[in-house]
Amino acid sequence: MDTDLNSQDRKDLDKFIKFFALKTVQVIVQARLGEKICTRSSSSPTGSDWFNLAIKDIPEVTHEAKKALAGQLPAVGRSMCVEISLKTSEGDSMELEIWCLEMNEKCDKEIKVSYTVYNRLSLLLKSLLAITRVTPAYRLSRKQGHEYVILYRIYFGEVQLSGLGEGFQTVRVGTVGTPLGTITLSCAYRINLAFISTRQFERTPPIMGIIIDHFVDRPYPSSSPMHPCNYRTAGEDNGAAYPSVEDSQEVCTTSFSTSPPSQLIVPGKEGGVPPVPSQPAHGTQADHERMVMCTPLDGALYSAATPSSSEDTETVSNSSGGKSGSPHDLLETIFVRKVGAFVNKPINQVTMASLDIPFAMFAPKNVELEDNDPMVNPPDSPDVESPLQGSLHSEGSSGSSSGNTHDDFVMVDFKPAFSKDDILPMDLGTFYREFQNPPQLSSLSIDIGAQSMAEDLDSLPEKLAVHEKNVREFDAFVETLQ
Amino acid sequence: MNCRAEVLEVSVEGRQIEEAMLAVLHTILLHRSTGKFHYKKEGTYSIGTVGTQDIDCDFIDFTYARVSSEELDRALRKAVGEFKDALRCSGSDGIGQISLEFYQKKKSRWPFSDECIPWEVWTIKVNVVNLANEQERQICREKVGEKLCEKIINIVEVMNRHEYLPKMPTQSEVDNVFDTGLKDVQPYLYKISYQITDSLGSSVTTTMRRLIKDTLAL
Repeated sequence: MDTDLNSQDRKDLDKFIKFFALKTVQVIVQARLGEKICTRSSSSPTGSDWFNLAIKDIPEVTHEAKKALAGQLPAVGRSMCVEISLKTSEGDSMELEIWCLEMNEKCDKEIKVSYTVYNRLSLLLKSLLAITRVTPAYRLSRKQGHEYVILYRIYFGEVQLSGLGEGFQTVRVGTVGTPLGTITLSCAYRINLAFISTRQFERTPPIMGIIIDHFVDRPYPSSSPMHPCNYRTAGEDNGAAYPSVEDSQEVCTTSFSTSPPSQLIVPGKEGGVPPVPSQPAHGTQADHERMVMCTPLDGALYSAATPSSSEDTETVSNSSGGKSGSPHDLLETIFVRKVGAFVNKPINQVTMASLDIPFAMFAPKNVELEDNDPMVNPPDSPDVESPLQGSLHSEGSSGSSSGNTHDDFVMVDFKPAFSKDDILPMDLGTFYREFQNPPQLSSLSIDIGAQSMAEDLDSLPEKLAVHEKNVREFDAFVETLQ
Repeated sequence: MNCRAEVLEVSVEGRQIEEAMLAVLHTILLHRSTGKFHYKKEGTYSIGTVGTQDIDCDFIDFTYARVSSEELDRALRKAVGEFKDALRCSGSDGIGQISLEFYQKKKSRWPFSDECIPWEVWTIKVNVVNLANEQERQICREKVGEKLCEKIINIVEVMNRHEYLPKMPTQSEVDNVFDTGLKDVQPYLYKISYQITDSLGSSVTTTMRRLIKDTLAL
């Protein structure tokens, strides 16, 4: 029941939830691109940053999210889900994570929408930024490239967890109570990463086909297509038709913002805590065309002022350029590329065993894997003597969620400190192993040397005889030198 | 008002101390920082934007997101560096703890100094282990990475309980709640201190209090 919620608060809340859902999708997909994300802080509000956080909007992702939402908002029984899966070059795929944005019926009538809910949604997004880096799929996504890619799929409705395998873990990112219900953001992730496929790992060219061809058939007939988590720069974006301006299917056609309330302004009172007004001063809205006044808990009035611009442009944060080609201008985002999807590594010079493939232990034995190499597959350390075992069991912390136990999947990859493979296709350890034992120079071989020496000795008398015949020529030559 | 206290424990190798501490402290401060407040006339203010960046650890298989602020990073690195040096000087079985305390200032009349009232304290207990060979170090990289993942989840869980936070201040009181000295972000007022326990564990040999912001000067 939202009879206690006035219409303006209702509009604000719907808008917050909508843009929170869009930003949630952006954070999740960007965290699975395989690159480090970097956005700049700005002391001056730019007028385009929802929840006071610099989160870039990839137009394709926004388009997919809006398509999945289809004008609806997450509500009780209708969750927005982002599915992250892995697809190998052989075509085998495996679901890794399901991120769920849900709403339940537990309402918080007393909470202030434009202040408390907004700030708590901002906090929840920060938590999402932190949590997306700690689930197992993050490390897999950082290594994607030749052998596999990470795909995402957005759907709306009932959560489908069956693809995660048995014993999946759940981590709750956080909750925010609102007058309409409690928003919950959580992640269910697979822990059993044992690969089902019986196909052999072969050297294959980069999976260009999957990257280019977005649409992959899924077992669920009503499901949305999968998309690669593969960022293309603005230069590469060939102006795909992602409508960003004047989307007529927007749910919230309120006058709240063409730019989000990062220009939230608080008329704090000097000299003490102001009394709590019982009603937001909506009367001022008549004076300022898009001014929303709401009352935060501490009593200070909290208003959102938006610049006067066209009223019906429901753009998403920084897509104010109106075109889909270059919406990245307002946020100075720096993407640090670690491994590009189209990078051609000199793979014919690198053995299978020295690559960072996560399923190396399942590769066939005809390839010389370093099974016996203690650097890759360390023997079990003794339980008693090693200080490592005893001291790494920390007892503290009341964490209800368990850690990332990779019981079925252990890959020990030798990484020297500070090693990076941005420039060379192999890391220092691999390079060292490769070139540790170079072949011996043939001229230094004893057999060949001995053989030539014997031949030389045999031919010596003949050579001496020839030279003795030419003694006069040699003498004449010597005289010319003097 | 009671101060909320949270305790985390980690066991790390010596060279991992710095990165592990920075990962935890930055994650906490990510949640406890806002954009810069810009007060305008009529007592209204606007809020700046907080950017984030991913940091890969060199000695731990771990990546964390932190606030994009070089000033904040420098302040934390300085404190963590001192803690690390103190830990490593304390002996081979160093045990120590570093505390991040969020507080509010309460103005007092002269001659009394301003009172600092903590409202949240995070304590990270560190146990330094010594490893014998590279193989154990390799395992330690991953184990500590997994443990840090658990710690991040714990931190997020606490943050999202939405317990007490200081009220949004007026312009005259903003310095009592927030650290307004940074140019790009605005964390809540905080201070970092640490304690080192020697190998005997029976007494505290060194207690140093390092104030990032000197709030006690008259």
